[in-house]
Amino acid sequence: MKNTKHSHFGGFIKKTGLAIIATTIALSASIAQADIKPAVVYDTAGKNDKSFNEAVFNGIMRFANDTGIAVTELEPTNEAMMEQSLKKFAQRGYSPVVAVGFTMANAVAAAAAEYPDTQFTIIDGVVDAPNVQNVVFKEQEGSFLVGIMAAMASSTGTVGFVGGMDIPLISRFECGYKQGVAHQDSSMTVLAQMTGSTPAAWGNPTKGGEITRSQVENGADVVYAAAGGTGMGVYQTAADMGVLAIGVDSNQNYIQPGTMLTSMYKKVGLAAYESFEAAMNGTWEAGFKVNGVAEDGVGAAMDEYNADLVSAEMLAAVETARAGIIDGSIVVHDYMSDNTCPL
Amino acid sequence: MSDFFLTTVLTFDASVRICVPLIFASMAGLFAERSGVVDIGLEGKLLMSAFIAASAASVFGSPWLGLIAGMFASSVLAMIHGFASITYKGNQIVSGVAINILASGLTMILTLAWFKRGGITPTLQNDERFLSITLPGVDIIDHIPIIGVIYRELISGHNILVYLAFVIVPIVWWVVYRTRFGLRLRAVGENPKAVDTAGLSVEGLRYRALLVGGILCGIGGAYISTAYTAQFTKEMTAGAGFIALAALIFGKWHPYKVLAACFLFAFLQALSIRLQGVVFPVIGEIPVQLIDAAPYILTIILLAGFIGKAVPPKASAQPYIKEL
Repeated sequence: MKNTKHSHFGGFIKKTGLAIIATTIALSASIAQADIKPAVVYDTAGKNDKSFNEAVFNGIMRFANDTGIAVTELEPTNEAMMEQSLKKFAQRGYSPVVAVGFTMANAVAAAAAEYPDTQFTIIDGVVDAPNVQNVVFKEQEGSFLVGIMAAMASSTGTVGFVGGMDIPLISRFECGYKQGVAHQDSSMTVLAQMTGSTPAAWGNPTKGGEITRSQVENGADVVYAAAGGTGMGVYQTAADMGVLAIGVDSNQNYIQPGTMLTSMYKKVGLAAYESFEAAMNGTWEAGFKVNGVAEDGVGAAMDEYNADLVSAEMLAAVETARAGIIDGSIVVHDYMSDNTCPL
Repeated sequence: MSDFFLTTVLTFDASVRICVPLIFASMAGLFAERSGVVDIGLEGKLLMSAFIAASAASVFGSPWLGLIAGMFASSVLAMIHGFASITYKGNQIVSGVAINILASGLTMILTLAWFKRGGITPTLQNDERFLSITLPGVDIIDHIPIIGVIYRELISGHNILVYLAFVIVPIVWWVVYRTRFGLRLRAVGENPKAVDTAGLSVEGLRYRALLVGGILCGIGGAYISTAYTAQFTKEMTAGAGFIALAALIFGKWHPYKVLAACFLFAFLQALSIRLQGVVFPVIGEIPVQLIDAAPYILTIILLAGFIGKAVPPKASAQPYIKEL
């Protein structure tokens, strides 16, 4: 049953392809753009998480505005829905289908195997399949930059890190941050803690707040959160206790203006945008798309909300480090390459 | 030594903050279960009131209005629970689980409908939330060693709802053990037939117990979103209602023992934060997961009969059906 449906849609896609070739010949090569039916499946945090998913949402809204192509979205409420929704989109002829977040990896692998003609893009996850594009970020490099700023902003010699779920990806943030802090001042102490070991750790602001409090009580005066929704509790507690916080994923400087030192942004919205654009231009490719400091895929966010907190020396130090990472004179160790951190 | 002392005081301080929603929710559960209605829906009521309190505080600009709205929302859920399980004599567990699912779904949908955000409400400004109160005399007592630190860190500097939580426990004890309503409440949970024979309404008593529970849960929920933090986020209660239920069993449905259980569970949570990554001599690093699971493990051990015996009210979980 499923197979018949599948081949039917395969035929549909082929037909569309032929129609496009015909149009291309009839008109000119300059408008050789395919009509794509893009779709996005967010992770369970939802598209309004003020962080990761929201960045993707903003990216696709920009794509929709720029091209006039409607993007279909779906917010699964539990893990079981992820695979279903991906398959549903593929079955209905949507392509490319962007899956947001590493939690979707298994679902994407299953859907990609069943619908080999559909282009899947997974952000932050790794799926080895001929029709999956993996958009990954060098979080260690961005975290390195904010680590430098944390070290410079701290007057106590101690800074903190609050991770979400205890997984290698978050250890990558932590390790990059530690390296950045040590790069600036090797005598600094970094207090690092994870919120939990289940996905609930992404949405526990009260525990995030408690962890922040304990770190501040132990001397930390800058706390970097890489913890999804849990981060909201970290920023609030930092503001309440009069210390600085560093946001993550999106530019979160506006959340607590005056106490947000910076945010380690990941241009996930741009990644989704580019994936759709590539599909439209026929240049979409499976495999890896790695975004580091060099590609401006990650970095430290500067805007009007943190302008008063960032000194000229900080900007200069970040700029020097950025240049160093790009020309290779600074190598930031990737925790996920060997699951260890040199610090 | 003084460092260790300060850390200990601060850990207790964290336990106080963590145990507040547990106290309110478990006292709510105490009323319900003492009257013979099992209340699995504590988590849902906490979540709903956290959401409504944060929304109302944000919209009306007052934490007190938020608190009242939260108490109201939680009470509405309690009445739904009562309607299904008292009036219509449905299964109390099923109805409680339904309350949890309802709260989880409604909070998501309503954040989208009211604030155009999925699962979160706007961040509350300082005048829209309950702030910490510095008790008088901190500066004077501060000079006294030990007591000064305890007074400054542990006793002073909490918000009003924290103090309310610790005041409410003796009040609950007094109501349950020293008032006519308390006597009837306990009777209806043990032997509803006797209460009925005495000419009292079993259903009425149970509804009243649930209403009190709803109000208490509402305060706990409001604390989470408008005092402890400053906004509602999706599923922010993170199982506090279930830990409160465990504390209720662990404390054998007695207010003071339940308070002790709440504090113990909160202390374990506070400890797990501070023990993370700490390497001990001989035993090495204690897995945080183990400490996090401790409330549930302890409750199971208790239920298995290893430390005393937990006997619920006799008529607990049984809808009362009048014989004709």
